[in-house]
Amino acid sequence: MSALLEVRNVSKRFGGIVANHKVSLDVARGSITGLIGPNGSGKTTLFNSIVGYHPIDGGSIRFDGREIARMRAPQIARLGLVRTFQQTHVYRAMDCVQNMQISTSHAGETLFSMLRAPATAVTERAEALLEFVGLYSKRMLRAGDLSFGQQKLLEFAMALMNEPKLLLLDEPTAGINPVLINGLIDRLKRANAELGITLLVIEHNMRVIMNLASHIYCFAHGELLAEGDPEKVRNDRRVLDAYLGGR
Amino acid sequence: MSNLSVLFDAPILLVQLLVSGILVGAIFALVAYGMALLWGVMNIINIAQGEFVMVGGYIAFFLARAGISPIFGIPIAAVVMYGLGLALYRSVIWRIVDQDMFISILATFGISILLQQLGNQLFGSDIRTLPSHLPSLFLAGGMVTVPEIKIVGFAAALAVGAALVVFLRYTRLGQAIRATAQNARAARVLGIDTNRVYAATFALNCAICGAAGGLVAMTWFIQPYLGLTYTLRSFMIVIVAGLGNLPGVILAGTGLGVVEQAAGFILGAEYQTAFVFLLLVVILVGRNMVLARQRRYLK
Amino acid sequence: MNSRKRDIAIMVATGVAGIAAPWVAPAITTQMAFLWLMILFALTWDINGGQMGYNSFGNVLFFGLGVYACALLQRDSGLSYYVALGCGIGLGALVAAGAALILGPAVLAIRGHYFAIATLGLAIVAADIASAWEYVGAASGLATPVYPGLIEHRTRFFYYLLFVLAALTFLTVRKLYSARFGLAINAIRDDEDKAEAMGLHTTRYKVFAWCISAFFLGAAGGPVGNLVGFIDPQDLAFAGATFGVWMVLMAVLGGKGTLWGPVIGAVVFHITQEVFWTYLLGWQRVAMGLLIVIIVVFFPAGILGWAGRARARPKDPAQPAPAAKTAPRPSMEAER
Repeated sequence: MSALLEVRNVSKRFGGIVANHKVSLDVARGSITGLIGPNGSGKTTLFNSIVGYHPIDGGSIRFDGREIARMRAPQIARLGLVRTFQQTHVYRAMDCVQNMQISTSHAGETLFSMLRAPATAVTERAEALLEFVGLYSKRMLRAGDLSFGQQKLLEFAMALMNEPKLLLLDEPTAGINPVLINGLIDRLKRANAELGITLLVIEHNMRVIMNLASHIYCFAHGELLAEGDPEKVRNDRRVLDAYLGGR
Repeated sequence: MSNLSVLFDAPILLVQLLVSGILVGAIFALVAYGMALLWGVMNIINIAQGEFVMVGGYIAFFLARAGISPIFGIPIAAVVMYGLGLALYRSVIWRIVDQDMFISILATFGISILLQQLGNQLFGSDIRTLPSHLPSLFLAGGMVTVPEIKIVGFAAALAVGAALVVFLRYTRLGQAIRATAQNARAARVLGIDTNRVYAATFALNCAICGAAGGLVAMTWFIQPYLGLTYTLRSFMIVIVAGLGNLPGVILAGTGLGVVEQAAGFILGAEYQTAFVFLLLVVILVGRNMVLARQRRYLK
Repeated sequence: MNSRKRDIAIMVATGVAGIAAPWVAPAITTQMAFLWLMILFALTWDINGGQMGYNSFGNVLFFGLGVYACALLQRDSGLSYYVALGCGIGLGALVAAGAALILGPAVLAIRGHYFAIATLGLAIVAADIASAWEYVGAASGLATPVYPGLIEHRTRFFYYLLFVLAALTFLTVRKLYSARFGLAINAIRDDEDKAEAMGLHTTRYKVFAWCISAFFLGAAGGPVGNLVGFIDPQDLAFAGATFGVWMVLMAVLGGKGTLWGPVIGAVVFHITQEVFWTYLLGWQRVAMGLLIVIIVVFFPAGILGWAGRARARPKDPAQPAPAAKTAPRPSMEAER
């Protein structure tokens, strides 16, 4: 089985600062893959490179068998590769249901579909997904009036609405009430198992990522430090050093 | 377009265009520097910038008519405009400093229309100019004409600019203004009264425009409707040069002056302003395309 | 669907009033014709400005293109009056929409205030070119053909043309806002980066929205040029300092980003202008500037926004929006 996402030797510099240096990783179809590393180790930069948020300086990114390194963000998203943001991005002046309705996949959109009212089936699915993340009772509120944690859940639901093949989550548990984290892990696993969405997750919370991911990549100083299953990464000397600052 | 071939036949005319362009460009740069100051410190794009120039010009004009030499008239215009700026800040501007930029654009647009129409009602729509008794210099065998008054205006614009730089760098208020421009919150934490800084910045910009207006009335002409052209020229210069970049502003200002003179000569005076504004649109679109290649946008 | 019924009731009432008006108050037919024009202006501006977050100061460009396209076709085609006028209105709409289609991809890529200034520049370029170009009459303008019917029918004829155009504009934008299109341009307004990250065809939507705006503005150009009878490039066709700013102002006054806001803003603005302006004798444009400042500084949310807030303030349990922020444990609800 070939990987859904293949990143090969990707480099990215900002001025003189090397954010990613020859990074390679694979995300297997149907898996939950984790990405860890200390602050500033280049995880979010790699995310941004993958989704076409900025151009890369070298290397190749293949998604579902297609080279996407030169594509722009909306094109990549329409192929079925969607990301969520570390700081929430929702459509603040629109209510939750509207946020969901406009988040369906935009692939194959025509003038006709642009000018049609959202179908009942779409609204029903929107409400079902809001129920899934636990926002059903808030569905008529303006997204901007939700709390930070609720906005994160809404953003997650919007991403699911898009029915992506691969979903990139940038610190899904940051800023969420610790009491709710187990519920969120459960939902991520269910999205993976029931909806068949492959996940690539950046996470700071070790407990979360060890629990969630089947394969983990660890970054430090813009380079890949270690990879393997959670057990292997947890016991890797270099990973411990990177986190504890010894090096 | 036939004038284009004239340029090839008599390249000395290029020198003429260059000289006139640089001389007027210094005044553009002065107005643009004021706009950049306001933009950088208060995050306001002031559409009324050109109207401040116009009002300053009328003040200098009427002072001159009352027999006061421009040597005193222009500083007086600047001082009066400083007062007007303070009054405007206390009544309107302080309410829009922290608002969405669309609000500040629309509000200053309102001030612009107000001043423009007030000028038209009070002074009439005639073109006015300060009488100068200075002769013109004839260079290169009479092919290049340089009115001495424009050289005086050029020098005065540079002097005002230099005074401004000294003020911003070495006085306490100037330092407070620069600190606020860099980080208003940090400045507030360190005990700078940003509200006072904003008032001073806005008034200072008005004073700069007032002085520039006096120079415009002296070397060029004034008219109630000329404001918007100065506003958009300033805007253009600022986006080309960037905020807080004085050499860039001078370079862009004189460059614009030269380009404008050349366009007026080649296309005809009736298309000169159209060309200026088209250039603005082209610069905005072009800059955006360059940034979009980095997947960034003009924001 | 209570609000839907209310909407339809108001629309029908407005429609009946619009049809009856020239017979009820024939003396002010011209002013009422301009009222419909103002409504059209505010509605078309709000598509980009209010709903999409692209605050254009140059939409008057499209109106001017319509004015000139229609007048030139009437002058040069040799067709009979009504045929030429009909074709002219169509041509005006197409030329304007075409201009939006050509300029859109480049200009709408510019965001925020840079976009506002760029469009302002575009409108002035058009005004300056029209004032200098001999073929379109340059600064001395263009006279439109004489209306062939009875003189007392003339105003009423153009009144109904503008009424129909304004009604069509309203119905079109109402339909569009309830479609995916409306959601998409709202999404672009709220967070364009997010919209791109979700794969939205942002450029396509933005250009399409501008074209719709331009289409109706262009169509309105012909009737207005003929109603006034004389086309001045700076004071009628590309009148940036009046029409151009009024569009923005009326939408803001009524409440931008709403369906009815621009309509209400246009009505209030136009009536104010007609009632008070005559007393000001030349100072009306000064008052205009003052009015802009006052509205923008004190009523940035517009009449509808202000009314909505006034309604939401009394203890109304059906409006939990402000409470969500202060709820003691907001995220527990999310867990359920």
